[in-house]
Order: sequence, then C-alpha cells, then structure tokens
Amino acid sequence: MERSSSSSMELDSDLNLKATELRLGLPGHCGGDDDGPEKSQISSTSPTTVLTIGRSSGGSNKRSSPEAPSSNECRSQSDSSASGIEFEDRDCAPPPAKAQVVGWPPIRSYRKTCLQQQKRGSESSSGSGMYVKVSMDGAPYLRKVDVKMYKSYADLLAGLESMFKLKFGEYSEREGYNGSAYAPTYEDKDGDWMLVGDVSWEMFISSCKRLRIMRGSEARGLGN
Amino acid sequence: MDLSPKQSSPSESTRFPDEVLERVLALLTSPKDRNAVSLVCKDWYTADSWSRRHVFIGNCYSVSPEIVARRFPRIRSVTLKGKPRFSDFNLVPDNWGADVHSWLLVFASGCPFLEELRLKRMRVTDESLEFLALNFPNFRALSLLSCDGFSTSGLATVATHCKNLTELDIQENGIEDLSGDWLSCFPENFNTLEVLNFSNLITDVNPGVLERLVSRCRSLKVLKLNRTSSLDRLQRLLVSAPQLTELGAGSFSEELTLQQHAELKYAFGLCKNLSVLSGFWDASALNLSAVYPACSRLSFLNMSYTALQSPELASLLPHCPCLRRLWVLDSVGDKGLEAVGANCPSLEEIRVFPTDPFDEDMLHTVTESGIVAVSQGCPKLHYILYFCRQMTNAAVATVVRNCPDFTHFRLCIMNPGQPDHTTNQPMDEAFGAVVKACKKLKRLSISGLLTDLTFKYIGEYAKNLEALSVAFAGSSDLGMQYVMEGCSKLKKLEIRDCPFGNVALLSGLERYESMRSLWMSACNVTIDGCRSLAREMPRLNVEVMKEEGSDDCKADKVYVYRTVAGPRRDAPPSVLTFSGL
Repeated sequence: MERSSSSSMELDSDLNLKATELRLGLPGHCGGDDDGPEKSQISSTSPTTVLTIGRSSGGSNKRSSPEAPSSNECRSQSDSSASGIEFEDRDCAPPPAKAQVVGWPPIRSYRKTCLQQQKRGSESSSGSGMYVKVSMDGAPYLRKVDVKMYKSYADLLAGLESMFKLKFGEYSEREGYNGSAYAPTYEDKDGDWMLVGDVSWEMFISSCKRLRIMRGSEARGLGN
Repeated sequence: MDLSPKQSSPSESTRFPDEVLERVLALLTSPKDRNAVSLVCKDWYTADSWSRRHVFIGNCYSVSPEIVARRFPRIRSVTLKGKPRFSDFNLVPDNWGADVHSWLLVFASGCPFLEELRLKRMRVTDESLEFLALNFPNFRALSLLSCDGFSTSGLATVATHCKNLTELDIQENGIEDLSGDWLSCFPENFNTLEVLNFSNLITDVNPGVLERLVSRCRSLKVLKLNRTSSLDRLQRLLVSAPQLTELGAGSFSEELTLQQHAELKYAFGLCKNLSVLSGFWDASALNLSAVYPACSRLSFLNMSYTALQSPELASLLPHCPCLRRLWVLDSVGDKGLEAVGANCPSLEEIRVFPTDPFDEDMLHTVTESGIVAVSQGCPKLHYILYFCRQMTNAAVATVVRNCPDFTHFRLCIMNPGQPDHTTNQPMDEAFGAVVKACKKLKRLSISGLLTDLTFKYIGEYAKNLEALSVAFAGSSDLGMQYVMEGCSKLKKLEIRDCPFGNVALLSGLERYESMRSLWMSACNVTIDGCRSLAREMPRLNVEVMKEEGSDDCKADKVYVYRTVAGPRRDAPPSVLTFSGL
C-alpha cells in the first residue's frame, strides 16, 4: 500500500470521512470498500508517530526475513490478523468485528466492548456551550458563565464561589443553604426563581435561564 | 508407582503413623512445597496425595482428569486454566477446546467432595453448570474468568441448587446474557454468600431481590455490581452492608441532586473496611467525591472503566494514602500520572489502559513523561502495565533506575515496530536496561522497534524470567535462540509476527519440557518444523492451527506444551496435532 506524505493529500469531497481515516496495511490488503488508489491521509493531530513505521518495506510491519518474504505477505493477505492495523473512522461507530480482527493492541475483548459502549454513549451527549448571566446582590456588574462547562452542582458552586469570592453554606433540602450570607438561585423557563440544588443537575441545565446570588436573608423566604 | 490406598505397615516405633504424617504435611499449602514433599519417598508421596486439598493446573491439557482424581482423591479446590492467553485477543478459534465438562464427569465420582472450582479461559456450558450444581453436594465457590459458552440460565441452576454457596464470581466472560432472573433463584432463606461478583452482566437484576439477598448475607465481603446498577441502589446496598471489604460500583454517571449526593457520601462513609474499589463505569467528577470517605484504607483502586481526567484523579488520590495498586485509563494523561507520583508513595502496581486503542486521537494518551513521573514518586513499584503511543530508551532506563525491583514489566507501544521517537533508534536499550537493572524480573512484555540485540540482553541478564511476550520484534532466528539458551527459568513464551523459523523453534528443544507452553503465530515456522519437534520430544504436544487459505506448508499458529496425557482427542478439524508417540 502506498503511503503518501502530507504533500500529496487528496481530499475527495464526497468521501470526507477519508480525511480522518488513517490506515496501515500490507500490499493488497484492502482495508475498506474504496475502489480508487489507496492513499493514507495524515490527521493533523497525529503526524509522525504512526508513520515512523515507514522504515519497513512495503508497509509490512514484519522485519524482512531472508526466508520467503513473499509467502509471508501472501499469507498475511488472507490472514488479516497478521500485522495490518486499521484505525477507526471517528465519525461513525466502529463495527466491532473490524477492531478485533487484528488482535492488536492486546486488549481483552471484554474491555474493548465496554470501551466501545462508553464511547457511543458520550458522543451522543456532547453539545454546545450554554452561557447564562450571573448577578450578585450588591455587586455593580454581572458575570456570564457557561453552565455546560460544569459537570455538577458542586462544580458550579465552586466556580461561583471562586468568581465572586464568597462561600455558600451547607445545602439541605429542608433549609436551603444554611449558615451563609448568600444563596445561589436561578430563574427557570417559567420565569420563577428557584433555589439551586433542588432538582437534578440535568433538569437544572435544561431549565436555567439566569443565575442570581441572593442575599441569604431574602433567599430563606424561598424555601418556606 | 503404587498408589493403592493407605497401607499402614506394621507399626514401628521409628515410623510416623500415616495420619500424623498427613496432619503435618497438611500444614504445607504452597504447591511447590507440596510437590517437593511428594518426591521424598513413597510414604510421603502417598501422604501428600491423601492430604492435598488444592490443585492448580496451569494447562488443562497437560494432565488428564483421571490422573488428577486418582492421585488426589480428597481435593476440595481446583484451579484450571485452558486456552492459550492469546485467545483473549481473538487469535484462537472458538471451538478450540478446553471444555470443562470431561473434568466434571471424572470429579463427580473421583472427587465428590469438591468445594471450589476456579476456571480461566475454559469453555463452560450451561449443561456443565447444571451438572456441577447437582453432583457436588458440598460445592461452595465458583469463579469464572474469561470463560465462554454459558448463559445466565447456567447461573440460575447454580443459584438454585448450591445450598452452601459462598462465592459466585463471574468476570470478563463471553456470557450469553438472557435475563437477570438468575439472581432470584437463590432461595429466600439462603444467606451464606461471601463473594458476589456479577459485574460482567448487562441485563438488570431485580433490585428488591438483590437488596434482600445482601441484607440476609451478613458475611458478605465482596460485592461487585454490574453497570446497570443505579447510584440509588448502591446507596441502599452500602447502608445495608457496611462490612464490605471489596466493592464494585455500577454506573456512576447519574446526575444527582445535592441531597442524593449527600446521602451517597454518607453511605460510603459507613464503609470503614473497604480495601478494593472498582467498577465506576462513566464516573462523573462530582459523583466521585462521594466516594472519598471510604478511601482511607483503600489498597486497590480500579478506575479502568471510566475515562477519568487528570484533575479528577488528582482530587481523588490524596484521599487514598494506603494505595498499593492502581488501574486507570490513559485519559488521565501525563498530568494525572504526575499526581500519582506525588500522592502514592506506597504504590506497588500501576496499570494504564488505552481509552481508544484504535483511534489515533493524541489527546487521550500518556507518554514517556508519565511513566517517569510515577517511577520518581513510587520507589516501591514492582508491577507495571503501560499502553502508550510513544516511548524513549532514556525514559525506560530512568524508570528502572528509580525502581529496580520490578517483577512484572509490560510495556505496550501500540504502534508495532515503533522506534524511540526522539532518537529514531530501536528500543533495544530500553529493554536492555530493564533486564540489567531488575534482577527479580519474572514477567516481561516487549514492544516497539526491536532487533536481535534485545533478545541477546534478555538471554544474558533475565535469569529469573518466567514469562515473555513478544510481538513484531527481532531480526532473525538468533533472537529466539538467545532466549531459549539463556532463560533457564522460562515457563511461558508467546510470540507473534516475528521472523523466527524452524531453526529458532528447534533451538528450544531442551527447554520445552520445563516450560508450560510456547505460542508462535505469524512467524516463519513450517509444518515440517513442527513435525521434527514432535518427533524429537514425545512428551510434548505440538499443535498447529491452520488459517483458511494459507499455504499447506505454513504453520500459521503453533502451540506447544508439555503433557503427561498424550495428544488430545478433542481438537477441532482446524487444529493439527503432531505427536512423537
């Protein structure tokens, strides 16, 4: 398989997926369903580490041996588990069989399956940022935070504490934020002001329109 | 050797009665000691046979079940390993063998008091599980690791019939997961469970059944949940079983309210005896902080199923002052490993697995800096498994200078044949440094661009080496020859994709009978070479797995092992057996 350097990259606009696909394989070992000449494309984030393998002839990962190199290659064509490596196309979920054919790197099937399941899960939940205004009673100007940057309430509160140089008290369902001068509140989709922490994080993220750090005395009125 | 039942000779005041001898020998538990004892004389051999309670069989084909049952009629516990290790990476055909059923049939009549069975890489059918459950009245402990062939129905029969079960440990198996009903098969008054590990399973079990079971089993020490177990369930289970020493959490990514988080943290705080924590599929940063109160006595933390980032790891580690073993994914990055070096002075073992083994995403990876940082902070390190995309000779040399006590050094540079990325030289000097500095080295896995020089170093310096794993390495037959000549304690050798041929294979003639096994795949060995080997060494089984469409003369995959049971009769058609017998 020809492995071309970056200067001869071809981008087929139809097969944009090829831009991120990186392949290594033995001569004649067709990794996929393309008809045209195989050219590997270098991902911009991972230049040299993969291609240093180029010292071996013809893309074979085997050291050349005096004994029948051609029969090695012939065998390897049919035995795709020899030394061909294929890297998954990031844009679509990899069919498990493809990854397992090679047996390399030596990862147990169980672990591979778990990782694949996780990967699919996390890819579906990524989204764009969500900025909301944050005001604090008594402060002259507002701030803005991207709530999607935080993974949890504790994360968010820590961020706010650091931004406004204050400390929120211990949260409890019954008494809100006890023992602090301030309490975090937010305006939800319906225009109501709610105490931060009462609902699950996911529900909070989807309904929070703006944040207000309220003086503790005023906030206690919310819980009753 | 005469193995007739105990015959007390006319008692002489100069001889121990057999019963006393057996009692004394029973105090020796190590298999090596037992084996030595049995060679002293016939009486001691007999006494050992009658008093041996545990047998470890590293290769199920090295001996027959009949021989084992005849020699050790009173064993209570058997550990059996089957397929070659490379079957974990799909290099062995499914129908290869290692079926446990023939063993169970023999043991049912020969060793009916069997209590414990631990299987690794064996084929286990539901039929076998049912047979086990029905034919061994004292059966207590079942552990299945990397096995295949069974379904949750098989587990149901075990739960139904094994009245005294203390251990059910199901790990990393190819199991057909039909439903979670098996858990409901434990009788309502059943309460002897000490170990329950069902982390392998996807289908959910009835939460009420699980909670009642856990609260009934007051001796429960080990509980490993599956990934569909919610945090809510976990919290209730912890409150009910704070005596746990090992916990496998389920999914850890749910969004919690502050209240729920506080309750979870409180529940973890109740667990004062936890030494092992695992599971945690998809853990989020906040939820992890609920775990801190339980970490003060933690010795083993397995976070290798969640893509932890470096800040999360850095926050978690200071809570684990006694940590000795840590497994993580490479998502923690070099920064995360620096945190390990900074917070874990007692660390003895670290394993870093790849998050995306087949994706060249450089963001999720560790480099040579990470491993150096760990070695700098953790001088007691003796076990490392490290998957990475780049490495240097200098870094490895530094690591073993900092930690000369390595017994297990497994380095996987994931791109085959990759040189030192700063010098473009082979990685020979790296492994040379390892074998020179680490005199106690027992297990070594090598990778990267390697010439015969690596093997010369190994043969010359790794005198205590017992297990060697080689892939995409070497320049000629000499490589393998160096190892076969120099490593006198070698027990297991696995080789794939190396230019070693018949000369190399036959250079090990003197060695193979003292080894457990040899694996060679995608090398240059031919059928004729295998035939010669088998002819020279009749007490070895030489097996060749043929690939479809390969040349007739090529030995695609070769598996050689010593045996007293002769060639096996259950090999599938794709496996050729050569025997000198």
